[in-house]
Amino acid sequence: MALMLRRGKKPSPEVSLWQDAWRRLRRNRLAVLGGLVIIALGLAAAFADAIAPYHYTKANFLHAYEFPNRDFPLGTDPLGRDMLSRLIYGARVSMLVGFVAQLMVVSIGVPIGALAGYYGGTVDLLIMRGVDVMYAFPRLLFVILIMAMLGAGLLNIFIAIGLTGWVNIARLTRAQILALKAQEFSEGARAVGASGPRVLCRHLLPNALSPIIVAVTFGIPEAIFTEAALSFIGVGINPPTASWGQMVGEYQQYILSYWYLCVFPSAAIAVTMLSFTFVGDGVRDALDPKLRD
Amino acid sequence: MMFYLIRRILWLIPTLLAMALVTFLVMHATPGSPLEPEGGNNPLSPAEQNNLAAKYGLDRPLWAQFGVFLVNAMQGDFGHSYVYKTRTVAEILGDAFPVSLRLGAMALVIATCLGVGLGVLAAVHQNSFWDYLSVTTAMVAVSIPNFVMAVFLILLFSFLIPVLPTGGWGGPRDWVLPTVTLALAPMAIIARYTRASMLEVIHADYIRTARAKGLTDTAVISKHVLKNAFIPVLTLLGPLFAAVGTGSFFVESIFRVPGMGRFFVISMTGRDYPMIMAVVLCYGVFLAVMNLLVDLLYGVLDPRIRVGAKG
Repeated sequence: MALMLRRGKKPSPEVSLWQDAWRRLRRNRLAVLGGLVIIALGLAAAFADAIAPYHYTKANFLHAYEFPNRDFPLGTDPLGRDMLSRLIYGARVSMLVGFVAQLMVVSIGVPIGALAGYYGGTVDLLIMRGVDVMYAFPRLLFVILIMAMLGAGLLNIFIAIGLTGWVNIARLTRAQILALKAQEFSEGARAVGASGPRVLCRHLLPNALSPIIVAVTFGIPEAIFTEAALSFIGVGINPPTASWGQMVGEYQQYILSYWYLCVFPSAAIAVTMLSFTFVGDGVRDALDPKLRD
Repeated sequence: MMFYLIRRILWLIPTLLAMALVTFLVMHATPGSPLEPEGGNNPLSPAEQNNLAAKYGLDRPLWAQFGVFLVNAMQGDFGHSYVYKTRTVAEILGDAFPVSLRLGAMALVIATCLGVGLGVLAAVHQNSFWDYLSVTTAMVAVSIPNFVMAVFLILLFSFLIPVLPTGGWGGPRDWVLPTVTLALAPMAIIARYTRASMLEVIHADYIRTARAKGLTDTAVISKHVLKNAFIPVLTLLGPLFAAVGTGSFFVESIFRVPGMGRFFVISMTGRDYPMIMAVVLCYGVFLAVMNLLVDLLYGVLDPRIRVGAKG
């Protein structure tokens, strides 16, 4: 009772790092806008069967090369397929690649980086030499090589991006673990008898999480770009599956006569990439302890 | 310094060897062979195929093929292209590399000038209209893939306002669109870094001193801020070479520029082993040398940084 009186007003609520970050993210207008666009794209991808006016493979040779009109809001392609429907189905590929490939990157990169950072020594040396070689490769060149080996297809795109993308995350995780390992709380955990894996998983990794999250948010648009680029040069998605990059690559030859064929998928890629960049910037600022209020 | 340089150059050797080995293995694990790139529709009889394989050394065990490649490559001989049968790989690269190099160099020069300009403008007028404009421009330019940007630029400058050709590599008019397309992303990255690094320097004590002794704003910015702010930007040039190098794949194919990027894609689909190896190693060496140069330059420009010092 006396305590209540002395304080006079309600104690300010305790705010965790994540609550604070979430609050700051919501205040960032560009990030919210980007997030809404991404949610809309995700919904379109999930419910493509219900939303799309036609099926993405449905050809109609009587309506080939049609400019946007009432029946085909974004026109039709050289086979008479509805562009709007193909764009909606294309969101599926982009969204899947963005999230699944990034999941693969994290599940390869984080354990490798954590092991290298925590155990050090020969393991670390070997891993880091491997990482150096991977860095010497121009990234896209390597992805194209692997895609040529595996053949086109969605699953292979996940694998190719996973195999080449883990390097960054591994490096980042290793640096974080190295820095955290030397701090008192980790020594304390070891002193009270926690085992190596327990210290790593329960004490170090949770503290290394925010830079990893930032890297992942920027990794998603990069993966989407990689898929679009691969499909653009014809080693990504197998037709007739709809992919935005593949459409841009295929239709850029018609750009002066049937401009809309190329412009709509280009715009779709541009809007998606921008939205993810907005969210990425927002997440980075929100998790930056220097900007905390 | 000398020791550092030698060590860096020596490190190049195992790195390049590993790159060559990985490329070689991946390439040979790729289904399809240079003798029958189109699978079943091969017009050659088995006997003829065997002859061809013997001619190119493809009948030998893999380790021997790799060894032969290494020995020849060290003498600058990358063999004959399997796709362009009358030309050696070295000849093709000799034609294509200068084109890519010129495109890349022009793009980087434009990117650096515009990028630094935008960054300085934004930092000097922090939180003003100019700041927001340049930050937004940078954000858009960095997040939109260059082949998408190419589509919009072609539409704008070849279709709506027909002033520039859609492709080719004949004269200066052809160079404009590919160069600009390729320059946009690096420009944005440079602008972001310049802005951040300028803002940091502007608040430093020695800048306050410079102002306190009565220098004009222009003098402070040009003599004191820019010089110091540009150093971190310089480190970017290494990764930017890589971005421009691989970015030119798409730009070259859209604008029909006869550079390296086009040959790489053609050689991949044709299983042109000698070409693939040569192109990958070419990029690898180029990137490594550029990174080394940037590191050295870094030490020259900023005496506070001792290249090769521990820590």
